[in-house]
Amino acid sequence: MTTPPADAPKLPDDTLLRVEHLTMRFGGLTAVDDVSFDVKRGDITALIGPNGAGKTTVFNCVTGFYKPTVGRLTLNGAGGRGWLLERLRDHQISRLAGVARTFQNIRLFGGMTALENLLVAQHAPLMKASGMTVLGVLGLGGFNKAEAAAIEKAKAWLERIGLIDRADDPAADLPYGDQRRLEIARAMCTDPVLLCLDEPAAGLNPRESGDLNALLRSIRKEDGVAVLLIEHDMSVVMEISDHVVVLDYGKKISDGTPQAVREDPKVIAAYLGVEDEEVEAVEREIEGAQA
Amino acid sequence: MTTAAAPSPFPEALKNAFVTALIALGLAAPMMGLVTVQVGGDLGLEPHCPRVAIAVALVFVGRLILNLTIWRPGRVKKVTAISPKTERLLSKTARYLAPAAVAFAIILPFLPGVGRGQIDLGILVLTYVMLGWGLNIVVGLAGLLDLGYVAFYAVGAYSYALLAQNFGFSFWLCLPLAGILAALWGVMLGFPVLRLRGDYLAIVTLAFGEIIRLVLLNWQWFTGGPNGIGGIPKPSFFGIDFKTGPDGFAATFGLTFSPLHRIIFMYYLILALALITNYFVIRLRRLPIGRAWEALREDEIACRSLGVNTVNTKLTAFALGAMFAGFAGSFFATRQGFISPESFVFMESALILAIVVLGGMGSQFGVAVAALLMIGGFEWFREFQDYRLIIFGLVMVLIMVWRPRGLVSSRSPSVFLKEKKAISGSLVQEGHG
Repeated sequence: MTTPPADAPKLPDDTLLRVEHLTMRFGGLTAVDDVSFDVKRGDITALIGPNGAGKTTVFNCVTGFYKPTVGRLTLNGAGGRGWLLERLRDHQISRLAGVARTFQNIRLFGGMTALENLLVAQHAPLMKASGMTVLGVLGLGGFNKAEAAAIEKAKAWLERIGLIDRADDPAADLPYGDQRRLEIARAMCTDPVLLCLDEPAAGLNPRESGDLNALLRSIRKEDGVAVLLIEHDMSVVMEISDHVVVLDYGKKISDGTPQAVREDPKVIAAYLGVEDEEVEAVEREIEGAQA
Repeated sequence: MTTAAAPSPFPEALKNAFVTALIALGLAAPMMGLVTVQVGGDLGLEPHCPRVAIAVALVFVGRLILNLTIWRPGRVKKVTAISPKTERLLSKTARYLAPAAVAFAIILPFLPGVGRGQIDLGILVLTYVMLGWGLNIVVGLAGLLDLGYVAFYAVGAYSYALLAQNFGFSFWLCLPLAGILAALWGVMLGFPVLRLRGDYLAIVTLAFGEIIRLVLLNWQWFTGGPNGIGGIPKPSFFGIDFKTGPDGFAATFGLTFSPLHRIIFMYYLILALALITNYFVIRLRRLPIGRAWEALREDEIACRSLGVNTVNTKLTAFALGAMFAGFAGSFFATRQGFISPESFVFMESALILAIVVLGGMGSQFGVAVAALLMIGGFEWFREFQDYRLIIFGLVMVLIMVWRPRGLVSSRSPSVFLKEKKAISGSLVQEGHG
């Protein structure tokens, strides 16, 4: 394993993640264009925008699935240790920097039980406890104790998301809403400092959506974990987020509190299209230029 | 066709049977109807019309009967998949069957009516059981389709043969060395194929298996080339040789000398090796690495998001799988006393893979039963001579129709809170690489 560089710049204490000039190009297509924003410690930050605005691309850059073309992603990790996420490999981002994520289309280990799913998330500490497998095979070392602790932690999470009775059922057998919550619990079992959720409320009914809001609030409050989420459901965004970043065509068009963003004419234009008078004004300009 | 109140399926069935018969005619005419004969010094063709006629008639009648019975339109189709209840019953019996099978394997050499032939067959079956269990790590657990597994078997066999011949190392020293060398080759294969999946991985591993065989075949001064290596020393009973002299095995333990002693010893040796393999694989499944393998099979991207180092996880799977093949290889070398590249052809890889697939991917017990069926069955079908492969193929097709996900298709969870429930095979991802 390569040692990650430690020359990350110092961030203010209340800032957890700073995204600077993030640009991602796929061939000729610029999916994300010079986007900068901050995620504050203990905040729920929402990333919104119309379809194809580049939200998931930003996510994939933050969680290491893409290497950004340009830009710097600084994470102010636990103990004031700074990490440059764009230089870490994907599994290091989760293990070292403490960034966990869920996926737009749920990616649980369907053939494994709910409990096993949560244990896979604790792979790194368990691997260490099993002496990189060598001691574990021989039944030596503190592996059994570590595993018992890991199961306890998984149990606590299963209780929190109300799935303790289904711990021994395969994840693929769970209802959709439960799968969403299990995926969040699985991400939380990696002990993250930043939890990235890609459309967690997609496909949920109003009741499940309410449960999800409660879960996200409790994660922020009880675990002190900051949440970065992509969401289409405006009721979720406006209700739970502290800070909203709006993307459109890969560019950031607005950034602020939910209230400020909601009233931002640029956001309204991006979501609802521009009003008739503005169109007419533009047309007049064009005619004027041609004449 | 549905206009009539009670449509007769007969015309449709007849038409279908006729078309099938035409296809059969097209196939049978050149394959069965023409026989090459020697006319003087030349090769001539002799038509055999009656044979073709019989074949086509059989196909026509058979198809017609099938069309009117099993394939009749509107017939309620029975569910072919096994119900969860039967599935549970099967896995429950498997729990008691496994210790019973081990007990049987232990007393086998002393059962009445068991002679050298049966013990030899037992050794052969157990070798494949061990290979199947080793490959199960790579294919069944980690879901990496490996078509070149026999390469590691060859590395193990040649390691023992060469180390024993050139340096005079004993079997007990060579066994771990052969395993380590095979594991190294596993890592070496693992590196270039890390980013490949599914079909592409299968092709590269297939090529790797062939490369190893061709190197063994052509590296004349080192491996003996096609002549192979002969006179490979037999293992001793912890230092006591199986020979007639006063310090031989029989004399030391006050027995009358019998060549069977060595065979029985070999049998127990491979039984012990296989059981050790089994123990390791079962143990590994419950460790984080085993869970990471299964998670990798289910969803690699999710694994990466959870901090699982997929590179190391895959390499460990390749290395450990190869290590057990290395052990089995050195056993093979010492049992045969002679090895050549002929023993490590692609057919062997295919056979081991077939054992794993037939047994149900990931199931230890299923793999053992499949090895018994495949290897034992193959020997049993020997009476059928030329038709052996056809019958063998037919049996395999039937088994795959009956149980498309292998004999034991359910997955048993590695850990549970209240109750261990078997997970239906339809939920578990298959190894696509």
